[in-house]
Amino acid sequence: MDLSPIISKKTVASAGETGSWRNYRPAVIAELCSKCRNCVLYCPEGVISVGENSVEIDYNFCKGCGICKEVCEQRAIEIVPE
Amino acid sequence: MILPGNASCQGCPISMAMRCLDEISKPVLVIPAGCSTVIAGLHPKSAMNGPVVHVPFPSTHSVAAGLSEAYKRIGVKANVVAWMGDGAADIGFAALSASAARKDDLITIVVDNEAYMNTGTQASLSTFWKARTTTSPAGKTEERRNLALIMLAHKADYVATASVGYIRDLRRKFRKAGVMKGFRFIHVHTPCPPGWKFPSEKTVDVARKAVMSGAWILWEYDGKLKLSKAGEKYASKENRIPLEDYLKQGRFSHLSDEEIRELEQKIDEDWELLLRFS
Amino acid sequence: MQRSVRTEGNRNSSGIKKLLTSNEAIAEAVRIAKPDVIAAYPITPQSPIVERLAEMVDSGELDASFVRVESEYSAMAVVHGAATAGARVFTATSSHGLAYMFEMCWWIAGSRLPAVMAVATRSIGAPWNIHGDHTDIMSLRDAGWIIGMAESAQEAFDMTLQAFVVSEEVNIPFAVGIDAFTMSHTAEVVEVRDVRLPKRKQAYRILPDMEVAVNAVTLGDARMRARYDLAVDLEKSAEVIERTDSEFGSYGGLVEKYRLEDAEYAVVMAGGWCGDAKDAIDMLRDEGVKIGMLRLRFIRPFPEKAVKELPSEILVVDRANTGFRGILGIETSSCGVEVKNVVAGLGGLYVDVDRFYNLFRKFVDGKIEKVEWLI
Repeated sequence: MDLSPIISKKTVASAGETGSWRNYRPAVIAELCSKCRNCVLYCPEGVISVGENSVEIDYNFCKGCGICKEVCEQRAIEIVPE
Repeated sequence: MILPGNASCQGCPISMAMRCLDEISKPVLVIPAGCSTVIAGLHPKSAMNGPVVHVPFPSTHSVAAGLSEAYKRIGVKANVVAWMGDGAADIGFAALSASAARKDDLITIVVDNEAYMNTGTQASLSTFWKARTTTSPAGKTEERRNLALIMLAHKADYVATASVGYIRDLRRKFRKAGVMKGFRFIHVHTPCPPGWKFPSEKTVDVARKAVMSGAWILWEYDGKLKLSKAGEKYASKENRIPLEDYLKQGRFSHLSDEEIRELEQKIDEDWELLLRFS
Repeated sequence: MQRSVRTEGNRNSSGIKKLLTSNEAIAEAVRIAKPDVIAAYPITPQSPIVERLAEMVDSGELDASFVRVESEYSAMAVVHGAATAGARVFTATSSHGLAYMFEMCWWIAGSRLPAVMAVATRSIGAPWNIHGDHTDIMSLRDAGWIIGMAESAQEAFDMTLQAFVVSEEVNIPFAVGIDAFTMSHTAEVVEVRDVRLPKRKQAYRILPDMEVAVNAVTLGDARMRARYDLAVDLEKSAEVIERTDSEFGSYGGLVEKYRLEDAEYAVVMAGGWCGDAKDAIDMLRDEGVKIGMLRLRFIRPFPEKAVKELPSEILVVDRANTGFRGILGIETSSCGVEVKNVVAGLGGLYVDVDRFYNLFRKFVDGKIEKVEWLI
């Protein structure tokens, strides 16, 4: 039986490269970042990860909501126009 | 559980809560109609890295109960998760109540954005008093239904309220529910930027102000009711922020000072009622 | 999807003869089918089926989960969920219960999940009426179910067992109709054959750790294809019904042909009331009238081939209407034959042998209008 009309398969970018939705981008100021992971936890998209010196953002999918800036207690994220 | 590049709006609290599902092992999601249906992926794509069973609006708990019962019989370990908005909790209330009374072995997560958002912000039973929606353009006049308290009255095995403003507390509650058995219910407050009319970066801020003003109470029950650490101090009125600070949303822009005092009264009554059970 | 059905011991087992109502006969068949999950909500006149099953589960006679739900909607939803996980499932309903679960009936069919449901066919209000007609089960026609209608308690027993086999082979849910009270609550001698059904098989099931979604929002042609596949497979289920017919009582597949061999006049009917109609046919035969009956054992798939083989004089007697016409009247005439159509017996209004005799006499005499109501 052909199940393709009713079964959907796991896909990253199910709605495309949502980075293109952005008007503003969050930019990490590495020297201020304490890697507290607040932005990692609160990012609705799950596109922030802890990197070598600071957190890193996957701009392919970051929708630019700005929540990361709001939850950063170190003020290590600024929002800049695209 | 939710993968990047999904269809959620900017600053979506449901997407934030969905990410926390990684605290629950072997989840099988049952999702009725709502924003979550769209976020979870449009055919032929699924935005989730686990199984999702899409179902009609009022059926969520009964489909979840069937899955849970069948897994038990065929010896499959699973955490069946009935994941729904306040809309599905409204229309599926009879099934929710029956499932709680049967103590079905499943986790219910209601992501409550206080209106029917996916159809365009119509009033739900959860809509905040006096809030403007597309079906209550002059402000909602009915009561705000307290779903978690109703679940407490069913003596559910676990009942918790949570908020996307307190994600560590929320994750802890998901984790706790995930290792328990029986009927587990978590009511998550999910402020919605387009529905409540506030900027997308303010989701967490608004969620926290709901708790800090006393408008959303964080508590849990596992045989005994207790206030959650993250919000317990707001039981005392003097610790709360002014309600006006929370109400800085488009849906409340019509309120007079007198109406805001009425809302404060309502909030006090909710605290009083809840604390009678503690 | 061809697969031979091995039902061990069907033919050779003579079974035990018991005095059972059709409700009880169905409960016996379900016990023998060994379902994993049963969910049901009571409604007259179906309730004795699920009460009996609940007794069997509580006494340990039947090893199954019985989920007590708050509505028929949830009965079908629980069955839907359990079937999604791979469980053999059963429910039963009637009338308003079927109306209430209608949405889920579409979902379980569209999801291609095997399931069996008994329907004690009863009128739908308003006004309130708990008695028999076929209004409820006919509403399933568009949903994508296999719809069978038994005539006796024995056939209800056999068809229920066959339903599990057919449904699980073609991945389409199966409804077994029995007439309210005249079957559901009327005892007959039933040979209870203790058969062993094949293990449950289904096109897919959803388990933890699978990275798939079922029934996500479709765009483009997916819904069209899903609906087309279901329509094609529903037609194909006729082959499976006919192939397995001899294992489950040898009734003739989609239809029973009663005294049709040399018939010049044919009556088309379905359900339990065919028994009285057959007596009337016998009376006319005794008078030398060449009349017979095509009893539709199945409404879906519709027995088009058998209808096309009928003589030119056809009377369809319906127990459910749409607008002024009978539903089977429309269905039958859609096969390209001319029919006379009578709507009768709604809300349990009794059509006894004499009334059938008078009706058929009128038909044979050419005095029936295109469509008539027997009020």
